[in-house]
Amino acid sequence: MANTHEVAFKLNGKDVQVSVVPRELLIHTLRDRLAHTGPHVGCETSHCGACTVDLDGMSVKSCTVLTVQCDGAELFTVEGLQQAGELHAIQQAFHEEHALQCGYCTPGMLIRAWRLLQETPEPTEQDIRYGLAGNLCRCTGYQNIVKAVQSAARKVADHKVAAQAPSA
Amino acid sequence: MGDMTELKAREDKLQGTGTSMLRKEDARFIRGQGSYVDDIQLPGMLFGALVRSPHAHARIKSIDKAAAKAVPGVVAVLTADDLKPVKLHWMPTLGGDVQAVLADGKVCFQYQEVAMVLATDRYAAADGAALVEVDYEELPAIVDPKKAMAPDAPVIREDIAEKKEVGHGPRTHPNHIFTWEAGDKAAADAAFATAAVTVREEILNPRVHPCPLEPCGCVASFDKGTGALTVYMTTQAPHLVRTVLAMLSGIPESKIRVVAGDIGGGFGNKVPVYPGYVVAIVASIVTGVPVKWIETRIENISTTGFARDYHGVGELAADADGRIKALRFTALADHGAFNSHVSATKFPAGLFSICTGSYAIPNAYARVDAVYTNKAPGGVAYRCSLRVTEAIYLIERMVDVLAQKLGLDKAEIRRRNFVQAEQFPYTTAFGWTLDSGNYHPALEKVLQACDYEGLRREQAARRADPNAPTLMGIGLATFTEILGAGPTSVCDILGIGLFDSCEIRVHPTGAAIARMGTMSQGQGHATTYAQIIATELGLPASDIVVEEGDTDKAPYGAGTWGSRSTPVSGAATAQAARKIRDKARKIAAHLLEVAEGDLEWEIDRFTVKGNPSQWKTMKEICMVAHTGNLPAGMEPGLNAVTYYDPPNMTYPFGAYLCVVDVDKFTGEVKMRRFYALDDCGTRINPMIIEGQIHGGLTEAFAVAMGQQMPFDEAGNHLGNTLLDYFLPTAMETPHWETDYTVTPSPHHPIGAKGVAESPHVGGIPCMSNAVIDAFAHLGVTHMDMPHSAWRVWQKCNELGINKRQTP
Ligand code: FES
Ligand code: FES
Repeated sequence: MANTHEVAFKLNGKDVQVSVVPRELLIHTLRDRLAHTGPHVGCETSHCGACTVDLDGMSVKSCTVLTVQCDGAELFTVEGLQQAGELHAIQQAFHEEHALQCGYCTPGMLIRAWRLLQETPEPTEQDIRYGLAGNLCRCTGYQNIVKAVQSAARKVADHKVAAQAPSA
Repeated sequence: MGDMTELKAREDKLQGTGTSMLRKEDARFIRGQGSYVDDIQLPGMLFGALVRSPHAHARIKSIDKAAAKAVPGVVAVLTADDLKPVKLHWMPTLGGDVQAVLADGKVCFQYQEVAMVLATDRYAAADGAALVEVDYEELPAIVDPKKAMAPDAPVIREDIAEKKEVGHGPRTHPNHIFTWEAGDKAAADAAFATAAVTVREEILNPRVHPCPLEPCGCVASFDKGTGALTVYMTTQAPHLVRTVLAMLSGIPESKIRVVAGDIGGGFGNKVPVYPGYVVAIVASIVTGVPVKWIETRIENISTTGFARDYHGVGELAADADGRIKALRFTALADHGAFNSHVSATKFPAGLFSICTGSYAIPNAYARVDAVYTNKAPGGVAYRCSLRVTEAIYLIERMVDVLAQKLGLDKAEIRRRNFVQAEQFPYTTAFGWTLDSGNYHPALEKVLQACDYEGLRREQAARRADPNAPTLMGIGLATFTEILGAGPTSVCDILGIGLFDSCEIRVHPTGAAIARMGTMSQGQGHATTYAQIIATELGLPASDIVVEEGDTDKAPYGAGTWGSRSTPVSGAATAQAARKIRDKARKIAAHLLEVAEGDLEWEIDRFTVKGNPSQWKTMKEICMVAHTGNLPAGMEPGLNAVTYYDPPNMTYPFGAYLCVVDVDKFTGEVKMRRFYALDDCGTRINPMIIEGQIHGGLTEAFAVAMGQQMPFDEAGNHLGNTLLDYFLPTAMETPHWETDYTVTPSPHHPIGAKGVAESPHVGGIPCMSNAVIDAFAHLGVTHMDMPHSAWRVWQKCNELGINKRQTP
């Protein structure tokens, strides 16, 4: 294909290289080329957060990031949350608190919640609700998601898990 | 009898009905390993992108494909003319109408499907779609359903203009779809003529969109060698869809496989068959390679499965004590350009006739007139069983209006009109037989939990203070749902009865697989059904795998919508399990050398009556059933299948209370408290039930407070992104309190009734009632949804209460 660019980045701790046209969106590179189908497409307009990934220490909507912008970046997706087959505290908490129903928003929620806990290790309910306001969920009504993040925060504090980046 | 701790330990191990077992399905989702339709990639797959009309009503003069075809990667451009040779340019709808798959000479709503561009990747497909040149001749559009039947109104559906009937009942105008009536008009009119008090109110249920997070889509794969068609798709009703596809395509139903993998929410949006699916299927048949079509969010909001658009009029007649003597409800229903209403065939207006709600109303009459307009086809049952939301909204609003007129307390008027516990089963004036209910204690429990009297005192004080910056409103809703569609004698879709099914196979080791005709979109079926089986068979729920959604594997069923999974498939599950247990009992009797009647079932085994040291566990029996030491003549194996046709619908109910504070100066409504008591009969998994209620209330909140699909006069859709359409985030979603009572259904094998829609059906009127109650002392009797800050502010302004009082 004409006008393609070689882009190299770290994805969940592994080096990857892709050849993309300039307009290719990160969500499509992740999903269609790299078979990371955890991040989902819900709106393509940065509103729903289903496509949220972690890009160089920030939560971003991968439906509005160009893959070429990610050269040299460090990316995490939900696939990178578990370590050596062990669920991350935040994943465990989502399961225990029934914080998911159809599961479509869940990968975006998890990776956003993980970043939120890096930034605010002891969040109040308000911190969590505000922190997750860029991620829509149509099924759960958020109440159990809030509970899950609170519970994960406690787990992290108690067991010192997840202070480090996932899968790194 | 074992000792109690031992029995308890055995029971706990099963995680059967009544336990909040953590969901079996979570593992893949929290790892990002769900399998949604857009995750499917097949070798050689093409992408399809739809070209849609910019006009709401226009004739198509010509379509030029040349520029699109020149785009590198574009393989083909399909229009109605390409679909004609295979007779797939029109399709039947679930409402008994026909719908253009790709516009056939004319478009009838904005964003209607006109062509599909097929390309080797999604970017090329989108490029091609932008370059298909369609020459339109604009026609006048009808947006307001009230104008649709004017004598000089433009004819929207020329294709059926001459038809006397479209699906249901005679037509009186080319834009008229049907008139549906229920109840006894003469009796209701007579009661109105002599009543001490009557009230009337115009009440709108605006056009809204269910908006699941995952849009619709499919991957169609036709195998030329075998003539078999596989379609991976977002559907809540895979078997019904397969039947429709067979009827459409002429491919034998046995050669069509519909696979619904994981579905990212449905809420009614994923019941109908949409044109995009059909074009993708045709494209795969024509090209011989798999074709993927996935909606964008803009397409989803602007064209896919609206709900409501019921322009209602409610009337109640009562005696001076507030006892309701009669109800008259009519509605003008805007069905858009094609009647794709999802309804049981015999109920063109769905189950709207549940509009007597929880009340013993002796005389009732309801009528719905449906019309075509130049809007996308509407009529999905958004988190309700076919127009129940509209019905309950009307009655719950009107009961408040009546109370207001009589100066009666809203709780009191409900108490006076409830069907009494001893009246069940109670047959309503519309002929529905409410199976069981216990309304008074449910309401009292809520009033007590929220200190209703205290709230009323606080409100009185607030009303007495003209300087209070906020108004306080208290909303009540006491509703009855109608779930479990449904008895085949009264409910069918396209002539197919609405039974549902379960097939259970128990393996030698005591692990089992169960397959159902329903389809989970997040409701937790894999866990709930396993728990029913665990209780019935004494095998741990963790060892029971539940599969749905693959028509090659699962027995036929009508799918998951209208909260029918537990009332119908849940019943099938219990009955299939019982068939297996009956056989197991015979095997146990044979092994223990006693008569069947000498055995009793105890959690996970059969024990010999009077000799509790003698038993056979279910696990042991599972092995024996596969090894040969069986009663003479008995077939090996432990399998069963049940197709369950319910004898009646189920009628869960609830009592909700909500407290709001309305800012007089900004119009903002703050929900201070929402307390929801639901009675869904036997509770299988309380954790899952509570989750469903949270989700339903949040969707109710969205509808009551902000959702509406706006159109301009020309039929342009004014806002089809998530920026314009209100979906609540974690920030505005209130905190929900839940409670319950348990009144089992007498006819369901385990007494369960279904729950997921109740919070939506009951929540919306409760919230509306609260907002309007805040203005009740100012003489306001009704305000239409949504109660957005802008609209509420307008009301404050109109009433002149948003002026600062100068001291
Ligand atoms: S798909 Fe990216 S935010 Fe919705
Ligand atoms: S779990 Fe379905 S969208 Fe969040």
